[in-house]
Amino acid sequence: MIPAPFDYTRVATVEDAVAALAGAGEDGKVLAGGQSLLPMLRLRLAAPTMLVDLGGVAELRGVRDDGDALIIGAMTTHDEVVKHPLVREHAPLIAQAAETVGDRQIRHLGTFGGSLAHADPAGDLPGVALALDAVMSVAGPGGMRDVRASEFFVDYFTTALGPGDVLVSVRVPKLTGWTTHYEKFHQMAQSWSVVGVAAAVRRSNGSIAEARVALTNMGVTPVRAHGVEEALAGAPATADAVATAAARAADGASPLTDGVASAEYRTHLASVLTKRAVMAAGGL
Amino acid sequence: MTRISMTVDGVRYDDDVEPRTLLVQHLRDRLGKVGTVVGCDTSNCGACTVLLSGRSVKACSILAVQADGADVTTIEGLAGDGGELHPVQAAFHEQHGLQCGFCTPGMIMAAVDLLTENSEPTDAEIREGLEGNLCRCTGYQNIVRAVRAAAESMRTSVPSTPESAEAAEAGSRQGVTT
Amino acid sequence: MTVTEQRPGGEVGRDRRRKEDARLITGRTAWTDNLSLPGMLHLAIVRSPMAHARITGIDVTAARGAPGVVDVFTGRDVADLQGSMPCVWPVTEDTVLPAYPPLALDEVRHAGEPVAVVAARDRASALDALELIEVDYEPLPVVLDMEEALADGAPLVHDAAGTNRCYTWILDSAQAGTGADVARMEAEAEVVVSRRFIQQRLVPAFMEPRSTVVDPTGDQITMWSSTQVPHILRVLLSLGTGVPEHKIRVIAPDVGGGFGGKLEVTPEEFIAFAAARRLNKPVKFTESRSEAMLSAHHGRDQIQDITVTARRDGTVTGMSARLLANMGAYLGIITPGIPILGAFMFGGIYKFPAYRFECTGVFTNTTKTDAYRGAGRPEATFALERIMDELAVELGLDPLELRRRNWIERDEFPFTTAAGLTYDSGDYAKATDRATELFGYDALRQEQAARRAAGDTVQLGIGVSTYTEMCGLAPSRVLGQLRYAAGGWESASVRMLPTGKVEVVTGTSPHGQGHETAWSQIVADQLGVAFEDVEVLHGDTRASHKGLDTYGSRSLAVGGIALVNACRRVVEKAMPVAAHLLEADPADLEFTDGAFRVKGAPGAATKTLADCAFAVFQSHDLPDGVESTLDADATYDPENFSYPHGTHLCAVEVDTETGMVKIRSYVAVDDVGRVINPLIVDGQVHGGVAQGIAQALFEEARYDEDGNLMTGTFVEYTIPSAADLPDLVTDRTETPAPGHPLGAKGVGEAGTIASTPAVVNAVVDALRPLGVADVRMPCTPERVWSTIQAARAANGGELR
Repeated sequence: MIPAPFDYTRVATVEDAVAALAGAGEDGKVLAGGQSLLPMLRLRLAAPTMLVDLGGVAELRGVRDDGDALIIGAMTTHDEVVKHPLVREHAPLIAQAAETVGDRQIRHLGTFGGSLAHADPAGDLPGVALALDAVMSVAGPGGMRDVRASEFFVDYFTTALGPGDVLVSVRVPKLTGWTTHYEKFHQMAQSWSVVGVAAAVRRSNGSIAEARVALTNMGVTPVRAHGVEEALAGAPATADAVATAAARAADGASPLTDGVASAEYRTHLASVLTKRAVMAAGGL
Repeated sequence: MTRISMTVDGVRYDDDVEPRTLLVQHLRDRLGKVGTVVGCDTSNCGACTVLLSGRSVKACSILAVQADGADVTTIEGLAGDGGELHPVQAAFHEQHGLQCGFCTPGMIMAAVDLLTENSEPTDAEIREGLEGNLCRCTGYQNIVRAVRAAAESMRTSVPSTPESAEAAEAGSRQGVTT
Repeated sequence: MTVTEQRPGGEVGRDRRRKEDARLITGRTAWTDNLSLPGMLHLAIVRSPMAHARITGIDVTAARGAPGVVDVFTGRDVADLQGSMPCVWPVTEDTVLPAYPPLALDEVRHAGEPVAVVAARDRASALDALELIEVDYEPLPVVLDMEEALADGAPLVHDAAGTNRCYTWILDSAQAGTGADVARMEAEAEVVVSRRFIQQRLVPAFMEPRSTVVDPTGDQITMWSSTQVPHILRVLLSLGTGVPEHKIRVIAPDVGGGFGGKLEVTPEEFIAFAAARRLNKPVKFTESRSEAMLSAHHGRDQIQDITVTARRDGTVTGMSARLLANMGAYLGIITPGIPILGAFMFGGIYKFPAYRFECTGVFTNTTKTDAYRGAGRPEATFALERIMDELAVELGLDPLELRRRNWIERDEFPFTTAAGLTYDSGDYAKATDRATELFGYDALRQEQAARRAAGDTVQLGIGVSTYTEMCGLAPSRVLGQLRYAAGGWESASVRMLPTGKVEVVTGTSPHGQGHETAWSQIVADQLGVAFEDVEVLHGDTRASHKGLDTYGSRSLAVGGIALVNACRRVVEKAMPVAAHLLEADPADLEFTDGAFRVKGAPGAATKTLADCAFAVFQSHDLPDGVESTLDADATYDPENFSYPHGTHLCAVEVDTETGMVKIRSYVAVDDVGRVINPLIVDGQVHGGVAQGIAQALFEEARYDEDGNLMTGTFVEYTIPSAADLPDLVTDRTETPAPGHPLGAKGVGEAGTIASTPAVVNAVVDALRPLGVADVRMPCTPERVWSTIQAARAANGGELR
């Protein structure tokens, strides 16, 4: 199918993008890599009147070292993220999860920021951003502001981004001394995550000093498994201890029943996959 | 209408397009590049895969205006000027990596991209690397074999001679095939 | 005259690379949607969002005024022009044949049914205008479940029919005189096993969406269509619309897959035909994938209640199958007949003395069903092979051993089954032995035992499936008995060109099977010409006026014989010419390697077929009474089906924590008779197995309670990618078909028929110690997991 007609502007700077969105009003929409937006336009499930294409904004692209954190430009493609030496060294969890997004072709166009801003509950990167306590840098009509991941994902396909906002970059703290793993569960290679678990573990003398666990598709937004994190803090680095902690994975989560899976199954998977993710992250 | 310029299979085209025009529509309907086909509307099937500045993309999931200034290679531009097949094309023919052929343009373009990045992929890497392309005929068995053979042929750069390869393989194919 | 059929080093049996590939790998393919005619308009179709509703009003005013729009019409507007959709297989005298207008008139009966049409200068304008059409629907009650549809007081899909029952068709071996009485067997049986199996609804999902171009401007109305059946389409277009047959030309150009899904004559084709005639302009309709999912026919969708009876020693004594078959809302060209094709196959490769089959076709507010790869036979084989495993468990026998005790031995052919078929040949033991050897059956059983003993969370399962199928559709006499409206013959013509090159016209209509290659191989051997010197023409009723097209593994099994016979006639016609040129008696000549020579005179002069062709072209000096052509036609009507067979073995690993099934190894040993092109045959098996695995594990068309298709795109209807399928090990045994001059049987559907039960049997086998006795298809992780949960709850089943 063919999208409904819309106006289009290709901007060169973030400033121009914000201005263009302000001019477009409620039905303006940012076009990043387009890998989620284009299918929706084709099926006419979305019909924006104006697309503001960020493809020409050089400042939005790339990864740089900012001391204790990485700054990932919102328009950096998944493919670039996966291969970037800084990401592989300091945020391998992002590289591992981004490599499972879509397929090769989609990763060549789809962007890190686009995935976060799209906020699909089944998307893998929001959960990873949440686990890593990433901070989003947002440009809007009122200037720049920072939004923490825990406040960025607001609802089903909804973020803290307003209609005139542009996600500029994502600040990801370097996790020195931590090891990580992303456990994705889906039956088919092309399918989205039924449930995914992002885990980061810091070990110390045979025990788990600290852990962070975030869940994909266990609700309308990604959620942190705080119960698991609490149970793992100071726990022995053993399969039994991890399994006991992982049993609490779905505590407080409100998974949906949809055409892909039931809430009951997702709840069960959350524990199984959390156990596997933490074990893998912790090298157990 | 938006003015765009792109090079497709070595030829430059300047056109006014509606912003909503998908790259694949532009290729097919405006430029007559009907070798690239459309098999779905959700970017699952990969039949429309082309190379955009050397990297595989699904031409149904990018607007023509987004490809302004780009260099696009389609299945029609893959063979040499004299018609000599690209090693991946030759391998698909040699290994029977196609039946109805509808997925084939996209499958070949995706394989070309994969081999650009990984010149010696394992079977598992080939399967993962082609996860964005659906085929309903082959069960992928001979597609995987074709990509493996193309990788080998591109590494050794021995020109493909179809009939000799056929003769060499005729005996081995009598027995078990995997 | 002596004709040597097999040349040493001949083409048949050789891995010829396909002629078709050159255009397909370079993007120079003639897909219907590639076609653009001067002045051509583009059609877009408004489809019903409701599963069942009365149309109370359609307002097309705004759409008519939209930019680029040339015409907008509804069913009422073309009621006299559009014709009605045909069903050519009413399986019983009282089969309900509902009216089926291409564009709905007053009522819609499934989501996706065409309601109105826009014709515009380009596709985008046509699609834009769709959104301006206002249709008022008055919802009617929806019935989706077959058992509910048959209950008293159920909402009716077709009010006029007064029932949702389309037909009930029965085959009983006691009544037919082909076997014993199932009821008596059940009464006397030592063991009775009954199960209900669900054949979920599938979507054929050919990769090329259907497309039709109609050009009404010539003497004939020409339709290009992405179809498996151009010849059938031409006849039915004529019968359905009243346009005389000779005024219609149908072309199936390159067609991107079918799998039975394009064995159809579609409302969209009729709508495009009507639009072109109404507007007197060329039109094109190309569906989107989401339209294809809604409106192209679906497959399978049966409820199967199966009973087998046996003695304690493992001898099966009877089989009965009671089916409900979902027709959907309307009947496609052979919708009612699909389950009947399976009726004859519930006995598989076994010597069951008693058999009873009863099938009721049921209307529901869903997309119609019709042929999908295997068409009835996969459903039958699945039920049979699943219940054989259940019987093996009941008897404490290895599933292979149970099969051995019941199958027909190689020296028992021809064998007439309780279903009344006469199997031509087979060697089931040989194929099975080869499969178990390649599979490493015993070692896998040992590993399975070890994993069970260890209580491993990942369990190993081994699945067995054997099959035979009736292919080579079909003896016309049998089709007549089954009330099918057409015959089952096939046609071929061989044209000898003056320069000795050959044009072959076939009535088969390939869409991926490689007929251009395989037919060239056959002709090259038959006529002694080079493979490259043969051109195969197909799929255009102007070139190939006569044929019954491609489906049901029939093209080689039936069309191949017509081709061989036509070649033989060419040689016969050339014989007197050659004798004349050689100044010899025709009776003294032999034809070998493309040349005539005097028998027993190795060094003597020869005349090639090309010499004869040129002599006939000149016709300067022909013997009296010899016609100035070597061209020959042949039409062949098979006397029997052919019966390929095979044994497939599958090993799966099931993660009992998540329910995920991973195929670890898969071995297919098939016997399809003599093989013309091993490369092509292997490819057919690979693709067939992949589709069968997909039914077992991945695919299901699902509706919500209102009758909306929930699996309307490839996001929800998950066909496998390369990353989802295992490496396949394939091998063959060759038991020639005695009824075929080349010994060939047919291979198109074999893999699909065999693989589904092999995979599901493996999944169930893996979970058997947990108390699981069945897993409904597709065996998705959640379904496997919830089945395990249910079994554990039922019997406290930890690993035994």
